[in-house]
Amino acid sequence: MNDLLRTLLALPLQASTYARAVDTLHYVVIGVTMAGATFVFLLALYFLVRHRQKVPGEITARIVTSASHEAFIAGSILALFLAFWVVGSIQYDHMMTPPDDAMPVYVSGKQWMWKFAYADGRETMDELVVPIHKPIKLVMTSRDVIHSFYVPAFRMKHDVVPGRYYTAWFEATVAGDFPIECAEYCGISHSRMLGTVRVLGDEDYRRWLDDSRLRSATAAGGGEADLAVLGRTVAAERACFNCHTFDGQPHIGPTWARLYESRVPLTDGRTIVADEAYLTRSMMDPQVEVVAGFKPVMPSYRGLLPEPEVAALVEFIRSLRNAPFAPTVDLPRVAPLSSGRPQEPRP
Amino acid sequence: MTTIDAGLVFPERTEHRATYLNAAHTVRSWALTTDHKRIGVMYLVSTTLALMLGGVFALVLRIEHLTPGPTIMDSYTYARMFTMHGVVMVWVFMIPSIPAAFGNFLLPIMLGAKDVAFPRLNLLSYYIYVVGAAWVLIALWMGGCDTGWTFYAPYSTQSPSAVVPTVFGIFILGWSTILTGLNFIVTTHTMRARGVTWMRMPLFVWAMYATSIIQVLATPVLALSLCIVGIDHWFDWGLFDPVRGGDPVLYQHLFWFYSHPAVYIMILPAMGVISEIVPTFSHKNPASYKAIVYSSIGIAFVGFGTWGHHMFVAGISLFDAAAFGVLSMLVAIFSAIKVFTWVLTMKRGSIVLKTPLVYFFAFLFLFVFGGMTGVAVATQSLDVHWHDTYFVVAHFHFVMVGGTLTAWLAALHYWFPKITGRMYSERWGLLGATIIFAGFFLTFFPQFLLGNAGMPRRYYDYDPRFQTLHVISTVGSWALGGGMAMTLTYLLVAVFAGERAPANPWGSRSYEWYVESPPPKENFASEPNFPLGPYDYDVPPEPLRV
Ligand code: HEC
Ligand SMILES: [Cu+2]
Ligand SMILES: [Cu+2]
Repeated sequence: MNDLLRTLLALPLQASTYARAVDTLHYVVIGVTMAGATFVFLLALYFLVRHRQKVPGEITARIVTSASHEAFIAGSILALFLAFWVVGSIQYDHMMTPPDDAMPVYVSGKQWMWKFAYADGRETMDELVVPIHKPIKLVMTSRDVIHSFYVPAFRMKHDVVPGRYYTAWFEATVAGDFPIECAEYCGISHSRMLGTVRVLGDEDYRRWLDDSRLRSATAAGGGEADLAVLGRTVAAERACFNCHTFDGQPHIGPTWARLYESRVPLTDGRTIVADEAYLTRSMMDPQVEVVAGFKPVMPSYRGLLPEPEVAALVEFIRSLRNAPFAPTVDLPRVAPLSSGRPQEPRP
Repeated sequence: MTTIDAGLVFPERTEHRATYLNAAHTVRSWALTTDHKRIGVMYLVSTTLALMLGGVFALVLRIEHLTPGPTIMDSYTYARMFTMHGVVMVWVFMIPSIPAAFGNFLLPIMLGAKDVAFPRLNLLSYYIYVVGAAWVLIALWMGGCDTGWTFYAPYSTQSPSAVVPTVFGIFILGWSTILTGLNFIVTTHTMRARGVTWMRMPLFVWAMYATSIIQVLATPVLALSLCIVGIDHWFDWGLFDPVRGGDPVLYQHLFWFYSHPAVYIMILPAMGVISEIVPTFSHKNPASYKAIVYSSIGIAFVGFGTWGHHMFVAGISLFDAAAFGVLSMLVAIFSAIKVFTWVLTMKRGSIVLKTPLVYFFAFLFLFVFGGMTGVAVATQSLDVHWHDTYFVVAHFHFVMVGGTLTAWLAALHYWFPKITGRMYSERWGLLGATIIFAGFFLTFFPQFLLGNAGMPRRYYDYDPRFQTLHVISTVGSWALGGGMAMTLTYLLVAVFAGERAPANPWGSRSYEWYVESPPPKENFASEPNFPLGPYDYDVPPEPLRV
């Protein structure tokens, strides 16, 4: 029955824990409302035939539907709609509230690609790799305009908004590749802002973990990996990535890639070497030394960041001193974001 | 083909009678007229041109979707074209289509008045409309705007396209809407003839009244939010820029605070037309006059509390989502009440199937099925999947566009004799209505399935597995376009070559049919005293008492 209806309605596979329930409500709502609509339309057609004019100029009796009659019709339809609403609300609350044990993945959208950063420091582009049967919490933001993260097979969608961190979640129940689409118009390549969720079985997932951990350890330069990984988690949790990136792209704040020990031009004309002290000062008194080309919008973290976290952050930024810059995307661009001029890679 | 019981008591047309059309023939007499009927006709012509422009955009967009990837244009052109299609259709055609054209023509006559309360303001609002529409055309000439008709920030504040002239045009059009609304409200309050009490007004007047309230209350909010977008785009003030403390989601709240009620600005007048046509062709009183009146008012007010249903995945709280969800269900009830009242009106009537009533059936189908999918998308958990997909595109094209367009066509045929003094050809009318309905269904039904399958809207490129449905939809659009072209053509022919129309070809009891077709310049020689209510079909007709 489910498969029949799903095919009739052209719905994709149900590949998440809540997809089946959502579809069931879908069948009920569409079935009942379409039956109601058909009834109304056929009733009108019946009246048309039954009460067609027999003699021109006929006089018709004055009939007024009684108020109680109307109230009954309206009330019963309302009751039906409210039932949809109750079930829909319960499902919606469930879909919008990530379970506590969900595994976080940081998603950032930008024209026109998806980037995924995992809690242990790995990172992928346009491909979200997750284990099957494990709730995944997506912590999402955008670096430019609004996008929307949509996985039809999971019946899941959420807007990805600059300056905001939104969470969404799913738990995949089928292994395989499922398309990710951007659902909010975001510029000329909106329809090509696609990605894939790769749902792996336990065995495959472990193999993938081993593989990619190796890769990210090399990229970080080895050695400092552990504290640096912690630093990245801290930066994500403290929402530094709202404004900073580590792939060479300036965002609201400067990128952290190759920042360490580089010479930073300030708005007051001075140039300063980005050593550990400077990096720490930048977190505690960001308004004192403002990087040229950026607005002084970074909040002070004085008293908010415990020492070990500061250390981890600095370590993370240090680990990026040789980080490769992400390839520049050669797509037609909309006007540059109002914050900051494009930043040249620093030597 | 013409008269039923009408000619007996309603004035018969005499040759060489002075009408509002032959009162003067100079261009100046049209351009500077304060006659509500002439202004209505000017609006009718202008909005019809807008419909044709928006329609051509739609046809071209559909051709683009014949194949995935590039077919006839690049993606930037595609984006600008769907935006301009939306802008032209919503603000230059649909919003003024029924109120400013038919409302202007009919409202004073239906109240037994000589004109609207502020005739010169009425003319001004027409010229404001023209200036606004001209700005939209200038924007088009400058390359058009690519943000979608919703102008979501922060994309709209950064887009390289002609955002500023577009929003400026809409800003100006808004003034025209507000002035027309004000004029109608004051007219309804102050210009009713003796005996035309609130509960004896034709239902079309009630619909205009409720629409006007929304126009006056909601349009300023649109003006404000578009102003901010324009300023942000031009001067880079960053009012919606998160970097500088702005909030892009606030823009959505402001925009939908106007734009959800705006769907009622478009559909309430359509409902008003239907509420006239069903009693006339059933020759029966509405099953409940009060139900239609109160539900119009209910829609006008509750409609202001539902905007958040456009934002279920934009990051609103669970509480907000639940509140907006339940209010959306409530507003649907008012429409359901109207639908049942129209259908029950036909019961035990004396029904004559003419083109306007055929359009009522098209309206009923599109509005009821489309409205039901509205209940479905208002169900929060279901909307998560459907939001911003073709399902939503199909939904609002069924209910809002389908509803307004079929009602507009119904109005065009129904009041054609009154406005032009001629009859259109019933045979062509029935053929046109059938083709338009079939085309409309074929165009938009596949889009529901596309949405289910996960095809997001505003996609230039698409997965090849969606192609079959897209091709069906495009073929449907040809039928729709062909039907529209045919209809406008035979109506245009009928304006000059149609048979002369009697005052009351449909045997209606509504007030506008007491005046001749076309009406004299001053509508009524003196203040009229309508012998019967507008829906008193249980007694024989009586002539106007003067
Ligand atoms: C609201 C946006 C914002 C947030 C959140 C933010 N920053 Fe910044 N940050 C900036 C901006 C803008 C600059 C450049 C202007 C300045 O120096 O104040 C900056 C500069 C910096 C610099 C100096 C960079 C350079 O190139 O010289 C460091 C280091 C830094 N931030 C670290 C952090 C850390 C660590 C966090 C999280 C705990 C963080 N920032 C959170 C906006 C932000
Ligand atoms: Cu997009
Ligand atoms: Cu709405």
